[in-house]
Amino acid sequence: MSLPVSVTVNGTVRQADVEPRTLLVQFIRDGLGLTGTHVGCETSQCGACTVLLDGQAVKSCTVLAVQADGCEVTTIEGLAPRGTLHPVQQAFWEEYGVQCGYCTPGMVLSTVALLADNPDPSEAEIRHGLEGNICRCTGYQNIVASVRTAARLVAEGAEPVAVG
Amino acid sequence: MNPVAFDYHRAASVEEAIALLAEHGDTAKLIAGGHSLLPIMKLRLAEPAHLIDISRIAGLRGVRAEGDALRIGALTTHRDLTRDPVVLAKAPLLAETAGRVGDPQVRNRGTLGGALAHADSAADEPAAIVALRGTLVATGPNGSRQIAADDFFVDFLTTTLDPGEVLTEIVVPARAARSGASYQKLANQASGYAVVGVAAVVTLDDAGRCADASVAITGAAATVHRAAATEAALRGSVPDADTIAKAAAQATEGLLALDDLSGSAAYRLRVTQGLARRAIEAAVARANDA
Repeated sequence: MSLPVSVTVNGTVRQADVEPRTLLVQFIRDGLGLTGTHVGCETSQCGACTVLLDGQAVKSCTVLAVQADGCEVTTIEGLAPRGTLHPVQQAFWEEYGVQCGYCTPGMVLSTVALLADNPDPSEAEIRHGLEGNICRCTGYQNIVASVRTAARLVAEGAEPVAVG
Repeated sequence: MNPVAFDYHRAASVEEAIALLAEHGDTAKLIAGGHSLLPIMKLRLAEPAHLIDISRIAGLRGVRAEGDALRIGALTTHRDLTRDPVVLAKAPLLAETAGRVGDPQVRNRGTLGGALAHADSAADEPAAIVALRGTLVATGPNGSRQIAADDFFVDFLTTTLDPGEVLTEIVVPARAARSGASYQKLANQASGYAVVGVAAVVTLDDAGRCADASVAITGAAATVHRAAATEAALRGSVPDADTIAKAAAQATEGLLALDDLSGSAAYRLRVTQGLARRAIEAAVARANDA
């Protein structure tokens, strides 16, 4: 069985025929070549595969591509125009909220969703809000600092900035 | 890591879902948020040949107050429950419990109906629904029937839902005056599931005595457990610290504790008593503030 799906990914309508058991993360990575979305545990625990589905953070390893039919998906590639950084990415850069980088796309997208719900989170709220994302470098201190800086940048109305 | 291949059907209505269940029998499973089902399908612990997606059925998501009850559509997500103004005002225990499910991404996708129908022994919301003395509405080929929460959970992943039925609605009473509730949980650090979770609801009378108490335990045993001895010890008492401690110590009466990697049976029994004390203390404090 193969079914047509149409998903708006980073603002562009993408259509494909998929097997029903195709996971959204496979549609994104293997189908569209958007490899910024990482695959970690594949058991909906680590959050490396986090994307925004109709604006909410989800683990794309635990969503079927057919379930995303007609929906809007934002991946790390779509947060800011090419060559620029979204304020949350900028904050992770400034605070060194990155070690090996494997968890970072998921951390950034969860942060975008967290700040949309709660623009000025406390440290406890940040840690609770990022519970679905695991950093196996254990770089949480700088990640929390990154989220606080991101909240400030977003509150100041920061626009995506050019890289380099 | 993919599930075994299956055919996918998107039901547009409850009637269509019921018809698909009748057509495909026990080779079919319903899927909503998929956060219980997809993980076990990926592990090949479930291999349905047909998935019937009910997640887009109109009218099965959302909360409305009706008289002294809240009617909650089965597709209402855990996240919805944490933010819904009607739930926060009239059944805050449900919002508190839903907020302890998994993590934000899981709460965004997972549904109340899915969690209850899946009946994981370590799921959070069964404790709240039993403690609230909720009712589950199941719709099948012969219409709808109501199932008391106490009669719904049978065993590991087993409920009294018929294979041909769809869980469509959950009904809980609105909180009584001078009542308070609390959910206390010890989460497995890796999975977020409850090693033990205790939900308590306490209602006080005008003299400050306990007019009613309802205490339910999840995680500790194969299915959610009503702490009847604890409830009996609280009713009619003045719930001071000593009374609560003695009542909570009886929470393990009749409890067949699990013994597995998440905790030994002895550990779970000890934790159950401790969390029961905390849940009842918090519920009484909130009832006094109400």
